[in-house]
Amino acid sequence: MAIWVDSDTRLLVQGITGREGQFHTRQCIAYGTKVVAGVTPGKGGQDLDGIPVFNTVKEAVSKTGANCSMVFVPPAFAADAILEAIDAEVPLIVAITEGIPVFDMMKVKNVLKHSNSRLIGPNCPGIITPGQCKVGIMPGPIHKPGPIGVVSRSGTLTYEVVYQLTQQGIGQSTCIGIGGDPINGTNFIDCLEAFQKDPETKGIVMVGEIGGSAEEEAAEFIKKHVTKPVVGFVAGLTAPPGRRMGHAGAIISGSSGTAQAKIEAMEAVGITVVKNLGEFGEICKEAFKSVL
Amino acid sequence: MKIHEYQAKELFARYGVPIPRGRVAFSVDEAVEVARELGRYPVVVKAQIHAGGRGKGGGVKLANSEEEVLKVAQEILGMTLVTHQTGPEGKVVRKVLVEEGLPIENELYFGMLPDRSTGTVAVMASSAGGMDIEEVAAKEPEKIVKVNVDPLLGMQPFHARQLAYGLSLSPELTRQFVPLALNLYRLFIDYDCSLVEINPLIVTSDHKLIALDAKINFDDNGLFRHKDILAYRDPDEEDPLELEAAKYNLNYIKMNGNIGNMVNGAGLAMATMDLIKLAGAEPANFLDVGGGASAEMVENGFKIILSDPNVKGVFVNIFGGILRCDVLARGIVEAAKKVEVKVPIVIRMEGTNVEQGREILNQSGLNLIVATDLKDAAQKVATIAKN
Repeated sequence: MAIWVDSDTRLLVQGITGREGQFHTRQCIAYGTKVVAGVTPGKGGQDLDGIPVFNTVKEAVSKTGANCSMVFVPPAFAADAILEAIDAEVPLIVAITEGIPVFDMMKVKNVLKHSNSRLIGPNCPGIITPGQCKVGIMPGPIHKPGPIGVVSRSGTLTYEVVYQLTQQGIGQSTCIGIGGDPINGTNFIDCLEAFQKDPETKGIVMVGEIGGSAEEEAAEFIKKHVTKPVVGFVAGLTAPPGRRMGHAGAIISGSSGTAQAKIEAMEAVGITVVKNLGEFGEICKEAFKSVL
Repeated sequence: MKIHEYQAKELFARYGVPIPRGRVAFSVDEAVEVARELGRYPVVVKAQIHAGGRGKGGGVKLANSEEEVLKVAQEILGMTLVTHQTGPEGKVVRKVLVEEGLPIENELYFGMLPDRSTGTVAVMASSAGGMDIEEVAAKEPEKIVKVNVDPLLGMQPFHARQLAYGLSLSPELTRQFVPLALNLYRLFIDYDCSLVEINPLIVTSDHKLIALDAKINFDDNGLFRHKDILAYRDPDEEDPLELEAAKYNLNYIKMNGNIGNMVNGAGLAMATMDLIKLAGAEPANFLDVGGGASAEMVENGFKIILSDPNVKGVFVNIFGGILRCDVLARGIVEAAKKVEVKVPIVIRMEGTNVEQGREILNQSGLNLIVATDLKDAAQKVATIAKN
């Protein structure tokens, strides 16, 4: 069953005609995702490998029945693209774009509150339900269908974690990158709640990093509402304070947002927190023994 | 991006936020000239560096005469100022702000920043001005008043009044505070700020609200639409290696350890630094060559890492996935030949055609230590760190 994307997902790609958009659309199709439409303003009527391109999201949705959008639009125009998808009532919007101004995302977040759309990202690798549907830029072959839900703020770090799970023979129900920006659409808690409800997900992997307090809030939620075993990791124990570590959201401000505080909060509610990333897969094998 | 106090005050002035009279000086002579223009003592001479805690470090001094201005400007200009935010190496002072000294009756705090979890602008004020706001929040939270402003609505006069009443300002001061707060919010939004802070916002003995200090940080993602702010960038305040890396679009942060590292992706890069520490060494840097690392990025990355003389070994950790490892391996070998690497390099890579990639590395004849997985890589890093 998994969460949010599956074999019924009908994907449209905003920014399909750009270099990245084209490349990753083809990668998604190769994985088995049903890509039904593309949107690039001014290029309506064209096609990519037979996929029709439209000028607006509304038109794409009405003509193809798309129920999910993947956004590859450059940062200066990305918020507008997301807002257009919300306006067209696309239920799931996955924004890959990195570098969207924080204020633009603030506006998007407040529009989202009054809509029925879910936004994943921005600045994220996307979402994948192994064996069924890939909406994003993650490498498909490292994944394997199975019982573990993965949620992470990072991209390649998620690939590392998933790869180690797969190496240990542990498959994944759905893997979600929620993105490295300070303001995002879907947070840890949304994913934890969905994984807790999903009968096919038996255990959860949660990967955090420095900055903000999302991990602490997630830990609090887990204590109250999550009964499935959780294995965690937090990157940035050695990150210097006051510096933005690549991701816009990965910054220790004053004394808040440190990896140490997040690890402590997670351990305090019974999450198995892995310290040595090289041992992630092995530790999961042990921690998830009862549910595998 | 950070800017200097005097630059932040220029923006304040443009937005109608009251500031003391004064201007920046780049030499002792110029400092004296500004004091003469002000025509009244005392004046305050303030070191301009991108760090807080300047007063405690001896970077802010009062002068009661032209002779004193000369003396304190001589002391401050050229000094290496060490504060809790500069690190032990400190920062050289190259300019000072010379301002009128004002009679202070009361000190307040006023600031705004994006609130991550709600997606609003958190606007905060406190009666404990002059102090570190985090310390106040921890010790005397009742002294902080806060409103969250929905960016779709923008800051309204009632928001500002809530803060003013929360601070128990007199009607006279409330009348000054409301436009000041609204103007500052306008500045915050217009320029994609990530922090605007006035600490202290003073009440003078003749009951005027004035921004005695000014701090503005900008959201780097928003800078593309503010070319005028880019002109405020001060290369003296930035690490030369970091400036060099920025030219190649590399995300590099210099640190004090001896194991350099190059990784694709910010999260994995941080995790790799942590792994170096766990292996008993210290990371020399953070370097994210981007999710889809190319051979050219790797070459430039090598150049940057190896220009740091502290680096005694390098750990390359690339999780390619879609990236083809044979292409990457050829890139690494070419780069290592060009840059003349003299320190040991541990390489761990993963992705399509990884076996061919490892083969290319192993046969290159270079001093490359090829790891099979992350655990193996960590052990190999520990070994080079010990030698």
